[in-house]
Amino acid sequence: MKTINMIVNGRPVSQTVADNRLLVDFLRSDLQLTGTHVGCDTSQCGACVVHVDGKAVKSCTMFAVEADGSEVTSIEGIAEPDGTLSPVQQAFQDYHGLQCGFCTPGMVMSATALLAAHPTPSETEIREYLEGNICRCTGYHNIIKAVLAASGQDVSALPAE
Amino acid sequence: MYAFDIEMPTRLEQVIEALKDDENQVLAGGQTLIPTLKARLAVPGKLISLSRIEQLKQIAIDDNSVRIGACTTHASVATGVTNFPALAALAGQIGDPAVRNRGTIGGSLANNDPSACYPAAALACGATIVTDRREIDADNYFQGMFETALEEGELITELRFSVPLQASYQKFAQPASRFALVGVFVARYADGVRVAVTGASEEGVFRWGEAEQALNGDFSVASLDGLSLSAEGMLSDVHGSAAYRAHLVKVMTQRAVADIT
Repeated sequence: MKTINMIVNGRPVSQTVADNRLLVDFLRSDLQLTGTHVGCDTSQCGACVVHVDGKAVKSCTMFAVEADGSEVTSIEGIAEPDGTLSPVQQAFQDYHGLQCGFCTPGMVMSATALLAAHPTPSETEIREYLEGNICRCTGYHNIIKAVLAASGQDVSALPAE
Repeated sequence: MYAFDIEMPTRLEQVIEALKDDENQVLAGGQTLIPTLKARLAVPGKLISLSRIEQLKQIAIDDNSVRIGACTTHASVATGVTNFPALAALAGQIGDPAVRNRGTIGGSLANNDPSACYPAAALACGATIVTDRREIDADNYFQGMFETALEEGELITELRFSVPLQASYQKFAQPASRFALVGVFVARYADGVRVAVTGASEEGVFRWGEAEQALNGDFSVASLDGLSLSAEGMLSDVHGSAAYRAHLVKVMTQRAVADIT
């Protein structure tokens, strides 16, 4: 067991965890932040993506003790404190970038990391950046549209399918 | 996962000391090791994390060489190795962005997955694998699938590459895993061309000597036209037969040469 300290979604957190506690289990079970999902548990699907010190990581493939001293942002920390959705979240709603919604937290976290690093990515760059996020409902098209729209670019140029 | 402890040393000497106990296992980025632990394919007594060893995360560049700390992530190699674009591009194609933010070059080379990308670069460039106790030439380092020259408790600390005059890595990605179904790294130095192939052979990464000879005579796509590689000893699975992989080796080699001519 180790006591770890981190800033999660802007709030300081101090808790004692088992050494082999995964970051995703720490967030979901210990902090009750269940917006981060576990899809495959083998770092393929990306439903568990969170930001650690600003970088997108798969929280099912990182130990909580390794995030000691870090700033962690999960999907719960993306909207404004008053509930106003972030541009990426709003665009997912506007462009119907989800159906069942299971992959959406990871998609939003990956897309947010992309736009922080590349504010106006091309369609190809968006598709490449989301390679580690799997969606079984949408066929991706509306997700790509949503990210393009969130970056302030014109989505009408995208083909219909 | 089985229960185990994780040590988080801050000094390299502490890591090396801890690895003298053969129950202990070093943890770098964990992108292969953690899934392996979940599947209970590894049962370490204790993990020794490298995450706080800052000296293993440095990149040092000069005119014609680059030294990369073993715990440098793929993402950092992709952006930080500015004098060797082919190596940076290789790093930027590994897995996906989140994997690249955690996975490390030293971890990849220590694991020596037969379909990993870095072994092709290391072998094609004749890289030096620096450990806590010696320097190993890439030609002597890779010893078959998941097998390396590393001894029990030996830790990779740094990778040294001399930058080729020209180089290209061409990867035919397996779309689900994003590992190389076949990947070919062609490196052209003043004293000759080296061609290393990953993803294809049951023995792991290898140099394709015939292609090197042909390219040393005439560095052109056409010089490879007459060559073919036997399917014997090639990997075969649901994603591609041995014959398919053998064929891809030539195609990817030609694409690499085309990329730099």
